[in-house]
Amino acid sequence: MKKIRCALIGSGNIGTDLIYKIKRSPVLEPVWMVGIDPESEGLARAREMGLKTTAEGVDGLLPHVLADHIQIAFDATSAYVHAENSRKLNELGVMMIDLTPAAIGPLCVPPVNLRQHADKVEMNVNMISCAGQATIPIVSAVSRVQRVDYAEIVASLASKSVGPGTRANLDEFTYTTSNAIQVVGGARRGKALAIINPAEPPMIMRNTISCLTDDEPDHVKITESILQMIGEVQKYVPGYRLVNGPIYDGNKVQVFMEVAGLGDYLPKYAGNLDIMTAAATRTAEMFAEEILAGKIQLKATEAA
Amino acid sequence: MSESSLKGRKVILHDMCLRDGMHAKREQISVEQMVKVATALDAAGVPYIQVTHGGGLGGNSLQHGFALASNEEYIAAVAPKMKQAKVSVLLIPGLGTMKELQSAYDCGARSVHVATHCTEADTSPQHIAFARKLGMDTTGFLMMAHLNDAAGIAQQGRLMESYGAQTVYVTDSAGYMLPDDVKARIGALRAVLKPETEIGFHGHHNLGMGIANSIAAIEAGASRIDGSVAGLGAGAGNTPLEVFAAVCERMGIETGVDLFKIMDVAEDIIVPMMDHMVRVDRESLTLGFAGVYSTFLLHAKRAGDRFGVSARDILVELGRKKMIGGQEDMIMDTAMTMAKDRGLLKEAAR
Repeated sequence: MKKIRCALIGSGNIGTDLIYKIKRSPVLEPVWMVGIDPESEGLARAREMGLKTTAEGVDGLLPHVLADHIQIAFDATSAYVHAENSRKLNELGVMMIDLTPAAIGPLCVPPVNLRQHADKVEMNVNMISCAGQATIPIVSAVSRVQRVDYAEIVASLASKSVGPGTRANLDEFTYTTSNAIQVVGGARRGKALAIINPAEPPMIMRNTISCLTDDEPDHVKITESILQMIGEVQKYVPGYRLVNGPIYDGNKVQVFMEVAGLGDYLPKYAGNLDIMTAAATRTAEMFAEEILAGKIQLKATEAA
Repeated sequence: MSESSLKGRKVILHDMCLRDGMHAKREQISVEQMVKVATALDAAGVPYIQVTHGGGLGGNSLQHGFALASNEEYIAAVAPKMKQAKVSVLLIPGLGTMKELQSAYDCGARSVHVATHCTEADTSPQHIAFARKLGMDTTGFLMMAHLNDAAGIAQQGRLMESYGAQTVYVTDSAGYMLPDDVKARIGALRAVLKPETEIGFHGHHNLGMGIANSIAAIEAGASRIDGSVAGLGAGAGNTPLEVFAAVCERMGIETGVDLFKIMDVAEDIIVPMMDHMVRVDRESLTLGFAGVYSTFLLHAKRAGDRFGVSARDILVELGRKKMIGGQEDMIMDTAMTMAKDRGLLKEAAR
């Protein structure tokens, strides 16, 4: 069966884990990996896994895009270079999946709004943050039943799974995730808290989601909606697990989740990274299925 | 020990009852009470007074409780009334942000504890640098310091200093440390930090060691000590500041605080404000013994009552699971899991 050919930008942990996930996909094929350091372990591993590589950044990829028929690119670099990467690739008709905090395209949480983005043939979608991917489905599961005035999420991450970029920019993580709780989750107000725990052995990612509903929450309907949503996420993150709840206290609904990764390249405790790569892969698959079925066509954007 | 080798040493006291004390009051201290307490502390000569939600900037949340007023309202009410004291705030990256630090500064805060877990100093560079840019007295605050050894604390303190921290604190959030633990960590910091970088100690009194640990810290080179009048703080409270001031006076350590005035603040203002006697009781002793974050105390009592599991059992389990400051959600989660395991809770859903 024909597959949509993909490029991975960024040869770090996220990029490497993406290779594994994309290789498993029935509709995606990893073809190029882009790095900036010729000595990097990630590029060497990508070559071993049969990918073409360049250490010249995105500019090293551009001459090959049309010949190699690249249609989707994943950007796991940084917010600072993403805009340029996206502009250059969009001009060649390549759709971008943004795993950086740049968020120049619409925010995407697959079970909540991916369908919408695919229908509109968005050429750049942003995957928000690990905590966003892990918690916004639950906020949305409550807000689709009744109005949520305030949603608050607490993400506990294993210290070993949090890279230097996130550490140096925790405020950005907070703002991005809080905003997405409102924009995608459907809460009137949102707040995100992050805790980095160094325990050994490393703790599996935990997330607590609390929603305050305008009116008294309908326990039966909300619980059913949450369980249904968890099932949707489990389709691409099998380790997405309800630990406790939903528990109700007045207008407050609380859910306690755990996210174990698949253990592809990243260790299982790093469910926070895994849910990002899994959601990005799921997003690419939806676009790929539509392209292959002839329902949508990617178009090169006009050069600015 | 009476007048000692520490005679003539100058130590800066930093009162916590309007921040750490917020935990013990479930964040329910009013703006009027804050002004009254801070004014009295200012008059007693306490040079720094921390004023925020117990969790610091950004603390108002379901996770940490909602205070009676916003941090801005508290700070803006207190700061203009201070004749000599500086108002400080707490900022834990991941909870509070630089936007909130800016607005605290705009309201009159001039000092900040930028706090991270004792192994995660590298989550604080932006916040420390920003505080310096604002011209604030900037402290790097290494919480749960018993969970890192002396060499590790020294290395983390160096990081904070490199970001711009003028003071580095060893923070015994669990009230677990003994004087030798304190000396080892402070001594290691003193050996690696620049001579002009100050060192501080923030104790909790869960094992009754607040005063002894603070003196040990000074012996090892600390020049700033956090405490709270009448000990109003999380767990069994902070180092009781009026008691500490008395000990300092006996030892010839100079604090600049008027002892009788601060004793009066403790007795006449703070003690009558307490919802419960802040003291070493079964649960707060458990915190100190098991090395658990002091703020977990009241949360564990509430979760224990709700799910029929003893607060002590919950706290011990949280210690075993190595939960750290900020993970208050895991108290309810742990209590529910324990209740399920004991057949006390019907599983809601699966």
